[in-house]
Amino acid sequence: MEIIVNKDKCTGCRVCVDVCPVGAITLDNDGKAQIDERCSFCRLCVKECPENAIEIVGEEKKKSETDLNQYKGIWFFAEQKHGKLSHVSFELCGISLKLAETLKEEVCGVIFGSKCDEMAQELFNRGANKVYVVEDESLDEFRQDIYVCLMTELIKKYKPNIVLASATMIGRSFIPQTAARLKTGLTADCTDLAIDPDTKLLQQIRPTYGGNLMAKIVCENHRPQMATIRPKAVEEAKPTGNNSGIIVKDNFASFNATCRVDLISKEAVEQTIDLQEAEIIVSGGRGLGDGKNFEMIRKLAELIGGAVGASRAAVDSGWIPYPHQVGQTGKTVKPKIYIACGISGAIQHLAGMSTSDYIIAINKDPDAPIFKVANLGIVGDIFEVIPKLIQKLESKR
Amino acid sequence: MKYIVCLKQVPDTMDVKVDPVTKRIVREGVPSILNPYDYYALEEGLRLKERFGGTTVAITMGPPQAEAVLKEAISLGADEAYLLSDRAFAGSDTLATSYTLAQAIRKIGEFSIILCGREAMDGSTGQVGPELAEHLEIPVITYVSKIINVTENDMECVRLLEDHYETLKSPLPAVITVIKEINEPRLPSLKGMLRAKKTQIPVWTKQDIGGNDLQYGQDGSPTKVVEIWRPEIKKEGKIIKGEPDELAEAIYQELKKLGAA
Ligand SMILES: Cc1cc2nc3c(=O)[nH]c(=O)nc-3n(C[C@H](O)[C@H](O)[C@H](O)COP(=O)(O)OP(=O)(O)OC[C@H]3O[C@@H](n4cnc5c(N)ncnc54)[C@H](O)[C@@H]3O)c2cc1C
Ligand SMILES: Cc1cc2nc3c(=O)[nH]c(=O)nc-3n(C[C@H](O)[C@H](O)[C@H](O)COP(=O)(O)OP(=O)(O)OC[C@H]3O[C@@H](n4cnc5c(N)ncnc54)[C@H](O)[C@@H]3O)c2cc1C
Repeated sequence: MEIIVNKDKCTGCRVCVDVCPVGAITLDNDGKAQIDERCSFCRLCVKECPENAIEIVGEEKKKSETDLNQYKGIWFFAEQKHGKLSHVSFELCGISLKLAETLKEEVCGVIFGSKCDEMAQELFNRGANKVYVVEDESLDEFRQDIYVCLMTELIKKYKPNIVLASATMIGRSFIPQTAARLKTGLTADCTDLAIDPDTKLLQQIRPTYGGNLMAKIVCENHRPQMATIRPKAVEEAKPTGNNSGIIVKDNFASFNATCRVDLISKEAVEQTIDLQEAEIIVSGGRGLGDGKNFEMIRKLAELIGGAVGASRAAVDSGWIPYPHQVGQTGKTVKPKIYIACGISGAIQHLAGMSTSDYIIAINKDPDAPIFKVANLGIVGDIFEVIPKLIQKLESKR
Repeated sequence: MKYIVCLKQVPDTMDVKVDPVTKRIVREGVPSILNPYDYYALEEGLRLKERFGGTTVAITMGPPQAEAVLKEAISLGADEAYLLSDRAFAGSDTLATSYTLAQAIRKIGEFSIILCGREAMDGSTGQVGPELAEHLEIPVITYVSKIINVTENDMECVRLLEDHYETLKSPLPAVITVIKEINEPRLPSLKGMLRAKKTQIPVWTKQDIGGNDLQYGQDGSPTKVVEIWRPEIKKEGKIIKGEPDELAEAIYQELKKLGAA
């Protein structure tokens, strides 16, 4: 595969130079575009070139040796904690049901754990048609080798077309190894999925380059098509009241699964705040100017029953610990109300909160990008507005 | 004992310049840097050597320019470095990237721990570490925050998982991916920089590392990027200016409507 510039067509307009996310394009001595080896084949220049002067050549289509049609069904791995399904499982169920509308294939959950029947019922209630279950005491604990073994063997046995998991630490740990064992593709941290109406391929949409670009990725010749989905990026499946479906149980012993790594002990992370479960979040950024000013944010949050979030600038300044960080490299949140105070709205921050139901932004700079995503934008000084707001909330209680 | 650190060169997206006249983003000459997470992997690779003896080897797959991150690794204290560079590696997804790294590691020979960053800043899949372990048929431990002890045959370490830490014991060799918490990376020394300058870094091509032709580059990559675009972020919102009291009142009324006040 090679990327080439048709020097006759190139006018040296520099559009490609400006769009290349890796800075691999420069103009040569004749003022024509040249692309160096740092190119990541993202195709943005191919798309943006007004003269259609850039193309990728030598991309032969190799046909798959296996019969892809024998792979049927949309699977999702349902994560659980202490015998209860976590919200990400319902999100995966929701997106799977959406895919099934076009693909017309079964939606199936996969559960590993000790008491799975109730959880399976819950998935039926959310619209799943079938649930694959492997039951054992030991499976309540995440063990990389065991989970990889079970997942791989189930996939080999039942041949699903699509396998989804959440891009949680657990999903991002064992799903890549599973995909590698099956020698198939895996798209990471997707924020949306769709089925191509013509090819019926899974279109996997994900942010890359620090959220500056979105990419659509497909897996043409390998099955299953696998993806991890960013938590809170897609809608949960709603309860339907229906409680029937098929449970398929495979005997744990039949897998002969062993774990090479021994678990010696466990320790809870101190004072975890569950930002992802919070319905209201009040976040502070560099505009606070000092760690002690987070008091004001905490106060406001407390008055409206919210949790405290932060931008990376605030976390990096040491004003508040990392678990509070919202964004690309922090938590992705989708509360009912998100209040951003003194946060500019960098793309990496937006990546973690822009799908919140209602966004209020307070910033003294009317051009701050945060206002582009805000439902209510307040151009003002946080040190003037927030104390007044706190007063109102306190007095009218 | 050999500790092999996998390093990736990435574009420095933090350092985006804006043309003062046209206000357009200038990408030309976006500097390439070592993936920030990989400093922690490298530092840990160096500390392992200092604590338990052995050598630290740095490898990267990338274009000829990626030699720079290996030079940096040497200046920080790595003993050896190898650049995997071949046109045939172009278009690799994580399956092909990890296969290529695995082949090179096999060629390097006996090793005890392979260290990777938590994720790369550009592709940010975090998949290369776990997939690499699978190609080499050895265990992987993700999100490692501390290495407690290493012997010839095994390693004890702590890893973070969502809401708790686990202490684990793994046989060696193994792959780990590390998080920021694990250490505080050092700065290069003058002596190190001089050594880096003098060091010739071997370049390995597909020929050098052998293996199956069909598992490299685009042929060995099941996933394919078919489209790419800039995200549109736009919401129909209202923006208000005014006296602090009016502004606070506007928020208060809105919170009331939303049932929060
Ligand atoms: C790979 C990568 C990952 C990243 N991940 C994240 C992430 O997960 N989360 C994240 O948040 N960032 C992340 N960042 C950093 C991000 O690019 C920004 O640097 C960061 O979000 C800026 O934080 P901020 O908005 O608090 O600070 P600034 O951008 O400095 O904004 C401060 C804002 O406060 C306003 N202000 C100042 N004083 C007042 C006042 N008195 N009243 C009202 N407004 C005031 C200013 O007008 C300004 O808009 C990442 C960056 C990279 C490259
Ligand atoms: C727009 C776009 C989207 C993409 N999406 C996907 C996708 O969803 N799935 C997929 O399989 N591929 C994808 N790719 C390809 C992927 O970016 C490359 O395979 C890349 O070489 C490795 O992936 P990463 O950057 O995500 O690394 P990560 O897996 O995030 O890197 C983790 C660690 O592995 C090590 N490492 C990674 N790359 C190298 C290297 N070249 N040399 C040495 N060590 C390394 C480093 O220690 C690093 O810290 C995408 C590429 C593009 C351009």
